[in-house]
Amino acid sequence: MRPLAPWWDIRDLGNAVGALLEWLADVGAPSWLTYVVSSLVGMLALLGWALGSQLFFIWAERRLIARMQVRLGPNRAGPFGLLQPIADALKVLAKEMVTPRGADRILFWLAPIAVVVPAITVLAVFPFGERMVLADLNVGVLYLAAISSTAIFFVFVAGWSSSNKYSLLGAMRSVAMLISYEVVQVLALLSVPIFVGSMRLGDIVAWQRDYNAWLVFLQPLALLGFIIASAVEVNRTPTDIAEAESEIVAGYHTEYGGIRWGMFQLAEYIAGFAVAAVMATLWLGGWTLWGLEEWVPGWVIFLAKVYGAFFLFIWLRGTLPRLRIDQLMGFAWKFLLPLMLLNTLLAGLEVLVWRETGAPAAVVLPAFALGNLALTGGLVVGWAVLLGQLRPERRPARPLLVRELGAIYYRPLEEAREA
Amino acid sequence: MGAVAAFWVLSTITVGSALAVALVRDLVRAVVALVGSFLGVAGLFVLLSADFLAVAQVLIYAGAISVLMVFVIALTPRGARDNSETAMRWPALALAGAMTGLMTTVALVAHWGPQVKEGLTETAAAIGEALLSRYVLPFEVASVVLLAAMLGAIVLVREE
Amino acid sequence: MSVGLEHFLVVGAALFGIGLLLSLSKRNIIGVLMGIELMFNGANVTLVAFSRFLEAAEALAGQVLVVFSITVAAAEAAVALALAMAFYRRRQTVDVDRADVLRW
Repeated sequence: MRPLAPWWDIRDLGNAVGALLEWLADVGAPSWLTYVVSSLVGMLALLGWALGSQLFFIWAERRLIARMQVRLGPNRAGPFGLLQPIADALKVLAKEMVTPRGADRILFWLAPIAVVVPAITVLAVFPFGERMVLADLNVGVLYLAAISSTAIFFVFVAGWSSSNKYSLLGAMRSVAMLISYEVVQVLALLSVPIFVGSMRLGDIVAWQRDYNAWLVFLQPLALLGFIIASAVEVNRTPTDIAEAESEIVAGYHTEYGGIRWGMFQLAEYIAGFAVAAVMATLWLGGWTLWGLEEWVPGWVIFLAKVYGAFFLFIWLRGTLPRLRIDQLMGFAWKFLLPLMLLNTLLAGLEVLVWRETGAPAAVVLPAFALGNLALTGGLVVGWAVLLGQLRPERRPARPLLVRELGAIYYRPLEEAREA
Repeated sequence: MGAVAAFWVLSTITVGSALAVALVRDLVRAVVALVGSFLGVAGLFVLLSADFLAVAQVLIYAGAISVLMVFVIALTPRGARDNSETAMRWPALALAGAMTGLMTTVALVAHWGPQVKEGLTETAAAIGEALLSRYVLPFEVASVVLLAAMLGAIVLVREE
Repeated sequence: MSVGLEHFLVVGAALFGIGLLLSLSKRNIIGVLMGIELMFNGANVTLVAFSRFLEAAEALAGQVLVVFSITVAAAEAAVALALAMAFYRRRQTVDVDRADVLRW
């Protein structure tokens, strides 16, 4: 790590915090006070960033999706609709928070809180800049997986404690979806530490800076699996079965009104930012940009990457239709999980080949990149073709009504084609 | 000094949540208290310089096993959900109290020898190397055990 | 005042004792299982405490054993819950007092 620069060097906001801590130490504060102040600064900065980004992206998402759907989007509340998030927040705060009569009062109160806390806690481990990490844990990648898995239990508790059978059904479907894609997500995450040799996120960013290679070129299949699995994990379309307007009422947060529903939305957006930050850190190079971080602040680069990755999620939402729960589960267990297992095996093999031959990185890494990209394309296409060529009775089945209606519609077409 | 305060807070959470599992009158609340106990144990692991184990504890226990339990509770609608005890409650209390008393006495009375006072180390790399060098046989057997458990669970709940 | 080995051993003993109480006295299979998981946790805390505070020929052996213990506990929970589901499908109850015949 380079030495502490003067406090007005905003290329790394950790310089200002470091200057504050040094001043505290000079003034004679005890060490626990320094620790508390540094933690508080980090936590408040993370909270402020997450909430501010969410406010902006409520507006941005609705305008972008509207543009993709050839309409305007909110433009009433303030110039270009920029005050729409404020209007939304005021509406949510003013609504009445009804507790259903048979609901379990303690669990009903606890569930929204317990879903937001993991979403915010997971932000602690991302390096926004060289000195801008709240907790650069040694087991950072595993921490990401662990904290996001604790939210799953409380999604179920939210559905259960509402004493509403539709909420419970929505919660069970949502949890089944979440645990299936969590396996895919963790396997995709794990191929990066296999390559880099460390689970610490700061080390992963440093590896990408030192080898001048973003891991997206070396592990494209893992990034693809991670994007799909994370879109499901944060309940975004095309997989927002839990909460879509045309599904079972509103899934597990049907009975929650007012700020409790606002907490679920908050958790979804902040989890979306967290997942985008994981993509930006692990695969897209974090706060480095092939040397540009000498002039442009590292956190600006990082935030640009995070927002770019989040724009990808918004794009997916505006483009793809919603998937059915059995289509989703089949996709996870039969398509993505074997691909992620193969990817982990390949990552291990490549690291082994690299270590054993001892070839220089400039030769080995482009070879791996080309090979991995070719393999990604080949595996994805090949597995899809393989799944489609199974005998008709083993192909993924469509529901009965769709099959019958489809047969009525398609039989004349097939007969015309055969004739 | 911070470690002492952290120890008392975490062990209160852990043991208190475990007692709550025994005492609350609703099964799902008991599972939530159990999750609280698991998270407390993860905090105790952090205090004991076992960072990898703490995160693994959260991932496996609080993230997966608890979800399994509430799924079974939801899929057994005719089962009683009042977390009551059988007629064996007083003998069980006596036996559990005796065991706890015995273990506590042994813990406090025995001469454990010189205690190491080192601080935090990074255990993930060391555990990984140990698992693939000295303990590779239990590692492979554990993967077979997991496969057998998966197959067994699928066979047991299959519709006939 | 500092926190030593005995403190963690007492916590582990308390967890084990409460788990034993649960697994012997609860009427619901899920309650028994919660007790078993608490016993596992108590044993894990004890193992990690010993690994941290006492010298050993093999450093971190206690933590490796806890890794295997967590793995086996997860496998056992899965199988036990599958058993509970199969039992429920037969007898329409999860009361352990109803599991009193050897064949049906």
